[in-house]
Amino acid sequence: MPSRTVSHGSSGRLRGLFLVMVLVFLESSVFTLAFASSDQHSPTTAHSDGHKATDHGSHNNTGKAFPVLDLNYENVRVPFEISLWVLLASLMKLGFHLVPHLSNIVPESCLLIVVGLLVGGIIRGTGETVPPVLDSKLFFYILLPPIILDAGYFLPIRPFMENLGTILIFAVVGTLWNAFFVGGLLYGVCQIGTESSSILSRIGLLQCLLFGSIISAVDPVAVLAVFEEIHINELLHILVFGESLLNDAVTVVLYHLFEEFSGIGTVTLVKGFLGVISFFVVALGGVLVGVLYGILAAFTSRFTSHTRVIEPLFVFLYSYMAYLSAEIFHLSGIMALIACGAVMRPYVEANISHKSHTTIKYFLKMWSSVSETLIFIFLGVATVAGPHDWNWTFVTVTVILCLVARVIGVVGLTFIINKFRIVKLTTKDQFIIAYGGLRGAIAFSLGFLLEKDHFPEREIFLTAIITVIFFTVFVQGMTIKPLVELLAVKKKQEAKRSINEEIHTQFLDHLLTGIEDICGHYGHHHWKDKLNRFNKKYVKKCLIAGERSKEPQLIAFYHKMEMKQAIQLVESGGGIKLPSAMPSTVSMQNIQPRPPTKPAAERAIPQLSKTKEEEIRKILRTNLQRTRQRLRSYNRHTLVADPYEDGLSDLFLKKQKMFQIEKKLKEMNTYLTVPAPPPDSPTMCRARLASGKHTDFKPDQVQKGNKMCSDPQAYSIKPALNKVPMIQVDLASPQSPDSVNLLDEFGQANQQEEEEQGLMMKPPSRPREGKKPGEEDEAKDQQKLMRCLSDPGPSADEDEDGAFLP
Amino acid sequence: MGASQTRLEHNYDDLTEKSGFSHEQIKNLYQRFQQLSGNNEKISRDDLERIPALNNNPIRKQIITAFFDKRNQHQNDVGSLDEIGFEQFLMVMSHFRPVNSKATEEEKATVRKQKLRFLFNMHDTDNDGIITLDEYRTVVEELLSQSGAIETEVARAIADAAMLEVASTNVPHMAPDDFYEGITFEHFEQILKGIEMESRMHIRFLDKNAATMRCGKLSS
Repeated sequence: MPSRTVSHGSSGRLRGLFLVMVLVFLESSVFTLAFASSDQHSPTTAHSDGHKATDHGSHNNTGKAFPVLDLNYENVRVPFEISLWVLLASLMKLGFHLVPHLSNIVPESCLLIVVGLLVGGIIRGTGETVPPVLDSKLFFYILLPPIILDAGYFLPIRPFMENLGTILIFAVVGTLWNAFFVGGLLYGVCQIGTESSSILSRIGLLQCLLFGSIISAVDPVAVLAVFEEIHINELLHILVFGESLLNDAVTVVLYHLFEEFSGIGTVTLVKGFLGVISFFVVALGGVLVGVLYGILAAFTSRFTSHTRVIEPLFVFLYSYMAYLSAEIFHLSGIMALIACGAVMRPYVEANISHKSHTTIKYFLKMWSSVSETLIFIFLGVATVAGPHDWNWTFVTVTVILCLVARVIGVVGLTFIINKFRIVKLTTKDQFIIAYGGLRGAIAFSLGFLLEKDHFPEREIFLTAIITVIFFTVFVQGMTIKPLVELLAVKKKQEAKRSINEEIHTQFLDHLLTGIEDICGHYGHHHWKDKLNRFNKKYVKKCLIAGERSKEPQLIAFYHKMEMKQAIQLVESGGGIKLPSAMPSTVSMQNIQPRPPTKPAAERAIPQLSKTKEEEIRKILRTNLQRTRQRLRSYNRHTLVADPYEDGLSDLFLKKQKMFQIEKKLKEMNTYLTVPAPPPDSPTMCRARLASGKHTDFKPDQVQKGNKMCSDPQAYSIKPALNKVPMIQVDLASPQSPDSVNLLDEFGQANQQEEEEQGLMMKPPSRPREGKKPGEEDEAKDQQKLMRCLSDPGPSADEDEDGAFLP
Repeated sequence: MGASQTRLEHNYDDLTEKSGFSHEQIKNLYQRFQQLSGNNEKISRDDLERIPALNNNPIRKQIITAFFDKRNQHQNDVGSLDEIGFEQFLMVMSHFRPVNSKATEEEKATVRKQKLRFLFNMHDTDNDGIITLDEYRTVVEELLSQSGAIETEVARAIADAAMLEVASTNVPHMAPDDFYEGITFEHFEQILKGIEMESRMHIRFLDKNAATMRCGKLSS
């Protein structure tokens, strides 16, 4: 499919072409799928189909000669079909984003279901039986885990823990309420509303309750899919999403409980009591399994420094093992996965290389989004496929009851919760929480698992479940976005997390802990502080290798930020690999305390000519100002990439070297500590510019100089930028000036210049004279600058992996 | 002590009005106050420094200083006190009251401003209305002071980066010879927009008589 690469161009024609291609592909793939699946899932016809296949084959080699071309589809059928489905899903996803405005109006999940319906319809239209694609095994063991792991690994721990109480109440009590309310009333309706001969009257109470427990759980996949797109504020997002994750334990227990009961037909009090115990076992057991595997994963990652390649694999494998281990004992696999991901993440991230981290991020995103796409498509296909038993009463009553139960549950529970919450949930919040209770594929798969023998009404259930899913995903999912806008619900701030916010978050933590201690009662902050301390003291030492275990959070954050900025610096086009990954280079001058008096004392410190200084500063500014613009938060569907990681390692190395240099230049640092009028000479400042950090050159003088002999200099800057080809070099290429060399060069250059152009250093006094030498300098300086910038670093490739994280 | 107790009873309404705490909360805080002061009228720095739980707090010094800062008394005074009475103690504590859920947007904004002002004052040690780079560096250094062997350079680099961020978000177009003197309160508000201070900066004050839940061994 060559058009795929072409379609990156934004021209509409190409896009149209692409869509046509997709459609053609869709057609063909559907036929293949239909053909292939028909024999896969109908054992009675398998033989004849197989025969057909060989028939096809025999056309090719009618002669007895050696078969030059042989057809054997059977050999590759299963992997071929799988790839076809995945390819279909991926192409669909790709296609949606090419159609303008479509993704703004309709949520992706709806579109995917429609695609599934279409595919199913086409398969059926060709007269083949629609394959039961959304098989429960496939769903629970293949499709679901990536999505949950993605959610768990990138779970925003802080808001999650802060609202854990509320989330738990919604997840446990809310789900229980929903299950019993829906189940109970449904039973009532079944008994009252229909005459005794109808099928509804044969549905027992336990079956109704089982159905209620299946239908009542909010589905994480659906919630994620919809909430990703509406960008709701963090609190609401974590409340609904957290609920959808944690209610799994309740669903699992209720499901098994009622399945058991309705199989036996009797309920005893003891069994009910055991069910309650079983809930705790399932939930806590799941968490425990997850934590165990999480710790194991963290511990393993401690030793992977020599085999970086397989690092990401450990994360995936341990998580999957956690999920499967939990499933062995019928514990809550989702809880295990969440716990595993959340526990391992901080330690694993500290241990693994930056590249591995990116790999993990990409893989999780890729898997989860493909899974999600497949799930929704399969839902559509299964709708067409499934044996349906449409019962108006049952379906409408179910939909209405689900909505009513949800609203009552949320309002009632918030009333109680608000008594304990300090940040109360407003009516709007409650509405969004209630409205965001989407049902999804988990419910369908659970319904699918029911055995026809025990549950003759399985088809009715499935139809009702599908209807509820469709209703929530389509009606609620499509209207929630306009409603959020209409109600002016607070949205998520798109801003990046700034270092100031990080500092103050930590400051606040300590402050509140301190105030609690002074007040003398131990609240949340106190215990959190205790936990942090314990974590730092013992856990981190065990699970994190080397120095990083001692690194406080703020510094880790700072390093991360630096790294991001370095990436952006490289990315932003300048490719100036000056050793200035520090954000402070641009306008540090504006921050540094300014000496009130003109410095008289000249120091024996290398000087920079003004032109050069200007050039460098301009270059730096143009590049660095752009770095502030992007740093979006993590989103499951659009990865904010760090594409130029190769360049990054260089930059980072360089930064480190600069750091060492700086240590050597102790006298410079002393200037930084002295706040009030330091005798900061312009030369000093310039030297600092050369050193890449803490550049506090004399702003006023520069400015004056700039104004006075503005023409030649302003003129020189542009060409300087353009003429230095190395600035625009391939960003990923490793060559770059080595910082040490750079400094040396500047140093040498300036020592020469010191005598020649000393006058340039005192611009305010003799600005006019500076004009001529300035022009001379220009050429020289450009040359030098070029040399500096283009000088390939000797240490370009060293330590590719190890040096990512200090 | 009986005398002060009765006097306090009279003052309850007064104190409630000033600080916004409920009677029960005031009673609880008063108990704690006496516990800390050793049944004295006033509390001194040493009293607070003796609290064992505070020992591990990296910003302990700043917290204690904040209690004796006149700026946190909702008056326009400047300077610091040597010891504070219960009312002043309460006034400082009132900065950590959760915002009323029924508060209007305006009230919330006021509360937010107050809380931010408290933080700002903690940073602005010399009370000149701006947090200078040096003051900010001190903050970061203190914040990292408990984490073991931290090179001051790192702390400094962080403070510098943070300062630069403030400057660049608030005054994006700075001429080269402009000088960013430090963070003014307006800029401080601006940079902390992302943190919902009004809902974040609070602790749970006990309303019930919860003497049993207290950690202190002393009783009043």
